[in-house]
Amino acid sequence: MSHYELRCRECGKAWGNQPRSICDDCFSPLEVSYDYEALREVVSPERISNRAPNMWRYADLLPLSDDFHPILPVGFTPLFQAPQLAKQFGATNLFIKNDAVCLPTLSFKDRVVAVALANARNFGFDTVACSSTGNLANAVAAQAARNGFKAWIFIPADLEPAKVLGTQVFGAKLVRIAGSYDQVNRLCSQIADEHPWGFVNVNLRPYYAEGSKTVGFEIAEQLGWRLPDNVVVPMAGGSLITKIKKAFDELIKLGLVEPKPVRIFGAQATGCSPISTAVKTGESDIEPQKPATIARSLAIGNPADGHYAIKTIRESGGWAEDVSDRAVVDSIQLLAQTEGVFTETAGGVTVGCARKLYQQDRILPDETTVLCITGNGLKTTDVLSGHYQAEEPIRPKVAEFEALLQRATENPDEIRETVEV
Amino acid sequence: MAITVQIPTALRRLTGGNGKVSCSAANVGELLSVLDQQFPELKPHLRDEAGQIRRFLNIYVNEEDIRFLGGSDYAFQDGDEILLVPSIAGGCA
Repeated sequence: MSHYELRCRECGKAWGNQPRSICDDCFSPLEVSYDYEALREVVSPERISNRAPNMWRYADLLPLSDDFHPILPVGFTPLFQAPQLAKQFGATNLFIKNDAVCLPTLSFKDRVVAVALANARNFGFDTVACSSTGNLANAVAAQAARNGFKAWIFIPADLEPAKVLGTQVFGAKLVRIAGSYDQVNRLCSQIADEHPWGFVNVNLRPYYAEGSKTVGFEIAEQLGWRLPDNVVVPMAGGSLITKIKKAFDELIKLGLVEPKPVRIFGAQATGCSPISTAVKTGESDIEPQKPATIARSLAIGNPADGHYAIKTIRESGGWAEDVSDRAVVDSIQLLAQTEGVFTETAGGVTVGCARKLYQQDRILPDETTVLCITGNGLKTTDVLSGHYQAEEPIRPKVAEFEALLQRATENPDEIRETVEV
Repeated sequence: MAITVQIPTALRRLTGGNGKVSCSAANVGELLSVLDQQFPELKPHLRDEAGQIRRFLNIYVNEEDIRFLGGSDYAFQDGDEILLVPSIAGGCA
């Protein structure tokens, strides 16, 4: 008897453990539920803290079989104070959770894929697959290679070159679709219906999504087993934000942290903002959009977990914001120049929205606030092209350097001015 | 209007194994009524207790989300191919 199983999120029907993501009875999504009574007996901060510094230290709270042995350390990324970014916002208690350095492929998607592939193995699949806006493609391709699965990856044809290359290099079979992510996604639902593959975000989705909880577990543990006042989370399909909330709730339920309300804030790009729009207008369901934004990892116009993301935000007393593409780029640069963290467009969205939330007094300066940075800037360098000029080379002579230094001192902007306006 | 509807595998046990249904309907409302009549067991899977289309059921017309075509007001054209797809999956974040 396993300590977890699938249950319908709406009608509550139990489905045991199998590769499926929807309830046949009411077509609603399935969710992994746990025997919390039993877990309360075994789980403690000491038990977790004594384990290796990776996401598997929370194995008790993940859908993993008892005989699962991880062969890849994933997660446990740094959480650190961001005083200089905070200063820009007039804040004093701001933290960065930096999944730009999540291993092995530099995004939080490594977490969900790790859990999905553990279950793919359990269910006997030899091939794994996914629809992806890029980061998931990288994570599935890399971990499939490491775990000995064949991989089929479906992406919109216009993805950033670094994300395409960062999938192909692992030997995955890449299928480029001439269409939007939402079309790729719909196609994958149909393909998953016909092929006996482990689609991490289709038939393995309930297991996969649980991996996101480790972001929330880590935030709490790294704050010294306490919850923050606020988290700001980027939203595409809307799954991560609901799972961070689930993680906090589980920690409270298991007595690992003191109960306290955490306000959950969602961040989107204005060019693809179905969830933030619904939050602002008071709707409980999303109106799908056709995405038009440089934040391609967030460009999902018909977010599957939109309804639950809206609910999570509203019930927590949080809010959702969205920012222009221009603000996304400015925010990428701001985070890099203040804290030395180079994030991708999704991180720019999070930072840009956080600024707005402080301006609106929805987040107060001294509250403990964590920004979830979910991906690495090296994958989306194209959005910065044209923003930095190549410096004229000088000859390898001290005199030439001294002259350059002189000019730089007299006119700091000549060297320091990096942002093209 | 003569249209065809693709039934997802999960629901084919309720349509006698039928994966493709041809029928005549002017819009989504009529289509669901036709399906209700033809496959009474299918009805509770597509509609909630209030008779509304279930929240997590997405309907596509010729591969376009029907919500972009006017939703329930969209008038089917001859030869339209309708897809019923559960709302699952998500790319990032």
